[in-house]
Amino acid sequence: MKFKTFAAFVGPSVLLMVLFIAAPLISVFVQSFQITQPIMQQIEVETCTPGFLTQTCTTELKTVPIIDEVTGKVKTATAWVGLQSYSNVLQMDKVWAAMGAGRIGEILQIDFWKALRFTLMFTLITLPLVVCVGLAIALVVNNAAKSIRGPVIFISLLPFIITPVIGSLSIYWLFVGDGILTAMMERWTGQDIAMFAQAWTIELLMYFYRVWHVAPFAFVIFYAGLQTVNMDTLESAIIDGASRWERLRHVIVPHLMPLMIFIGLIHLMDCYRVFEEIVGFRAQAHVISLQWLTYDFLTPDDAGNRAISRASASAMLTMIGIVILLVLPLRRTWRDHKRGVH
Amino acid sequence: MASRATAQPLSLKVVSGVFLAFWCLLAAFPIVWIAVMSFKSPRDAFAASPWDVIIGPVTRASGNGLSVLDILIGLATLYFAIRWAFTKVPDLVTQFSPAGLRVLGWLIGSAVYAILFVVIFFGVLPVLMGGVNNIAGPLGIPILGLTTEHYVAVWAENEFYRNFMNSMIVTAGVVTISLTVGTLAGYGLARSGSDLAFWLLILALVFRALPHSVLVAGYLPWFINSAEILRPIFGELSPTLYGQPWAVIAVLVSINQPFTIWMLRSFFQNIPTELDEAARVDGCSHFQAFRLVIMPVMWPGVITTGLFSFLLGYNDFLVTSLLLDAQNQTMVPAIAGYFNRETTTTDQVEAVAAAVSITAPLFLLVMVFQRQIVSGLTAGAVKG
Repeated sequence: MKFKTFAAFVGPSVLLMVLFIAAPLISVFVQSFQITQPIMQQIEVETCTPGFLTQTCTTELKTVPIIDEVTGKVKTATAWVGLQSYSNVLQMDKVWAAMGAGRIGEILQIDFWKALRFTLMFTLITLPLVVCVGLAIALVVNNAAKSIRGPVIFISLLPFIITPVIGSLSIYWLFVGDGILTAMMERWTGQDIAMFAQAWTIELLMYFYRVWHVAPFAFVIFYAGLQTVNMDTLESAIIDGASRWERLRHVIVPHLMPLMIFIGLIHLMDCYRVFEEIVGFRAQAHVISLQWLTYDFLTPDDAGNRAISRASASAMLTMIGIVILLVLPLRRTWRDHKRGVH
Repeated sequence: MASRATAQPLSLKVVSGVFLAFWCLLAAFPIVWIAVMSFKSPRDAFAASPWDVIIGPVTRASGNGLSVLDILIGLATLYFAIRWAFTKVPDLVTQFSPAGLRVLGWLIGSAVYAILFVVIFFGVLPVLMGGVNNIAGPLGIPILGLTTEHYVAVWAENEFYRNFMNSMIVTAGVVTISLTVGTLAGYGLARSGSDLAFWLLILALVFRALPHSVLVAGYLPWFINSAEILRPIFGELSPTLYGQPWAVIAVLVSINQPFTIWMLRSFFQNIPTELDEAARVDGCSHFQAFRLVIMPVMWPGVITTGLFSFLLGYNDFLVTSLLLDAQNQTMVPAIAGYFNRETTTTDQVEAVAAAVSITAPLFLLVMVFQRQIVSGLTAGAVKG
């Protein structure tokens, strides 16, 4: 295919990606070093209150924003502030103070580090769980009678396809207050349980939700992979006297290995973006993630202002994280490509 | 395969059967349960005993109940409605829609079917059963509490249909545009083995990994001030992009592009190159080959990719909640509005009803397109 035809085919898609993905990235990068604020001026205001004989008048200096006479909007000015937004997000001074005092736990009180801790732990804990649960379901369905496979796949797809916010809400409603499952646990343990009053129970529910939501995806992929297992290898393993477990360990798992890497990569990307759970579980007071932190900066506060520069700084820091996570897999792909396998 | 060596011992069969049953219960339970809750009065919906939630004594006591007869006839209607949908409706659609407009025929057909179903099931049947129950004696006494008042409140009083319309506009836009742009790119990438194509794909992979909030942080200042920024070019016509559904469509299409081109590329790679080479030998240009030879055989892949684009547009919370204002809000962010006023239990059950309303179309989607979804999930993994 000539370059010109290729460009014509790919052009519209590339244009969209440049316009709405690459350009915003550059814009975020620039914004993170800038800060836009209303221009303030100090004016003298004389306020008089009625008094006996004469009015009591006081003059004071007030700081008010300058209002543009043409548009009626507040005039703003953009200034370069260097790394100030970053240091506002990272709050390194507090981090060093906590390190110096030997109280590492205090670092996790700062929003950014709290979010980073949760995001990384969330990714690392759910990854093996998703792979194991997905594999287990795939193996069991593969051994089940043909007639029930269709319905099982149908039911399994439901948690995967449901809107993430709604999915986490549906679990939230089972546990909120004296929800049906909390009431059940209270009856078993004889204790008063509040699932949404402390961070660790919320986190447990989030791990559970994510595994529930993603395991079907792993299941479907593993199930498709199991259809292509080499029957000859499996049969010779049986003849050699390999037990069921050994066959799984030495024939099936190696066959599924590329799929595991694929699922791991996708899961890594998606978990790093963890966000909807926090909205669904209303967990922002206890547990936050990196993406939620940026979202929070971007939502208007009570005065209607959005902290764009701080949002950009936290977005850039999030970006750095995803680049670090992706460097290894991408280097692998590059080496494969160079060897001509692609 | 079915030799003695691979036959399973009974213990393994039992364990795997139990595991499978447990998984199915786990997968379906939260969704089924919120569906049950949404039909009960607030006190029943949040009752501590599961039995109360299912039977709904308070709901029944307030005069909203179903009798044995209601349940039997309702289930029978439902059964025939579903059977009819899978047997008669396809015939009718093929009969009445002109050959070139099959897709449009399906859209109109399913819309008419949905309206008919709602009218009969929620309009005609209750009136009819009210009369029948009066003369049916013991079979006509309500035993199961069930009310649709929350759905009426959500859809009519809270004007949820506006959010529904916005969701439909956004998802329809996302699906059409991303498929049009994506098929072209996917085809180009599948047929070109150049380094440039490889780098584009890798770049797309990196873009796919980006958290959406990073991108939105890039859009927001521009979108809010776009009227002033664009004034030198478009003059007074320059729009404020913030709050515009079509701007959100463009954003969602672009965010979705990396995934779309990867998936469509893997579908196109399965279409033998000989097909377009033959067309080229016969004197077609690349575009003619694409239009005349590839397009007729690419539909399975396009439908599957379209399903996933639909899911992205429909399920999105982050982008739509930040870039759309209250009047143009889609369904999923609109439900967040319920949290903020969720003060009484009635509000909570209304939120549940709204959540179920959002899930229902997805449920139908899995029912109709299960095969395509499975093939879409495996396309990227097994072959790539």
